[in-house]
Amino acid sequence: MVRNINDLNSVHIDVLKEIGNIGAGNAATALAKLLNRKIDMDVPRVKILDFKDVSETLGGAELPVVGIMLKVTGDLTGNILFILKQQAAAILVNILMGKVSDGADDAKVPEFSEIEISALKEIGNILAGSYLSSLSSLTNLNIVPSVPDLAFDMAGAILSVPAIEFGKVGDTVLYIETEFTEGDKRVVGDFFLIPDVDTYSVLMNALGVSF
Amino acid sequence: MVKIIKVGMADLQSSVHPCIITTLGLGSCVGVTLYDPVRKVAGLAHIMLPSSQQARNNSNIAKFADTAIVKLVNDMVALGADKSRLVAKIAGGAQMFSFADGTSEMLRIGARNVSAAKEVLSSLRIPIVSEDTGGSYGRTIEIHSEDGRLKIKTIGHGTKEI
Repeated sequence: MVRNINDLNSVHIDVLKEIGNIGAGNAATALAKLLNRKIDMDVPRVKILDFKDVSETLGGAELPVVGIMLKVTGDLTGNILFILKQQAAAILVNILMGKVSDGADDAKVPEFSEIEISALKEIGNILAGSYLSSLSSLTNLNIVPSVPDLAFDMAGAILSVPAIEFGKVGDTVLYIETEFTEGDKRVVGDFFLIPDVDTYSVLMNALGVSF
Repeated sequence: MVKIIKVGMADLQSSVHPCIITTLGLGSCVGVTLYDPVRKVAGLAHIMLPSSQQARNNSNIAKFADTAIVKLVNDMVALGADKSRLVAKIAGGAQMFSFADGTSEMLRIGARNVSAAKEVLSSLRIPIVSEDTGGSYGRTIEIHSEDGRLKIKTIGHGTKEI
């Protein structure tokens, strides 16, 4: 049975929030291990946005962002997309590659080299992978992620991918905003779990919620 | 002062001269612009999906190629445009992500949006005078009511006019 995201009630939202919380918590732990740093995480925020507001989220439709997407197969099919603002991506890459930022670079618009792009893909892979594995153990569903693909482009263009998929059933996009903190550096990332419309009920039912 | 009109996702707008109608960060969506060069009426639709017939919820007619283009033509005729003079320019329909193990239906949506827009325009007998579609990158587009030129901006793929 296919339903509209607008039909999600407060119980569904709470469930998604909890999935987001656990998933992002796992992702933060994985990130901390990868970077060998202490990573704190805020309680994730579940956001449901109208299309007209989508392009203005993340700071504007033309803002350059990094999107890392993995395809999901198994009991649950769809995609998971992790979006980082360019500056946040640069912070993660610098920490991972042991580059010391002198502060002056932070305001500049960074360009990413080949090796930095593969580092970012790996970060996306680990974050999304740990997110999905917690979802998998929570739901008992078999969830298999693909290798990631990365796009570096305008926020609006990257967001069109989840928006179109959600657009098949409604006029809203659902996503989970997560904020990681390392020392005085704040990294905000957004997870878009994009189940194929027909598997939304699989997800809810596996969590014991009628949908 | 030229009026600048922003078109959001699944939205359409039209206006008489002088105006610039723009939509920011087109990805897999397709931007269809129409222009009457005599009356200088311009219009732009930011289309997300090929067809309202396949959708479970088709209440937003600006979202689909088939319904959005027809609505845009009607709006422009109401502003004084002559349907037989309308010319179209299209942009967008990129594939933002791809996977080695075969590309899913969802990711090919950009190409499907472009071909749906072309079919609808052809059935309405509106000629497509230029296009900048496909690729794997986002586009910001703006149509100028002065002469119907379509300016396209990208990140890393330059700026052009078509």
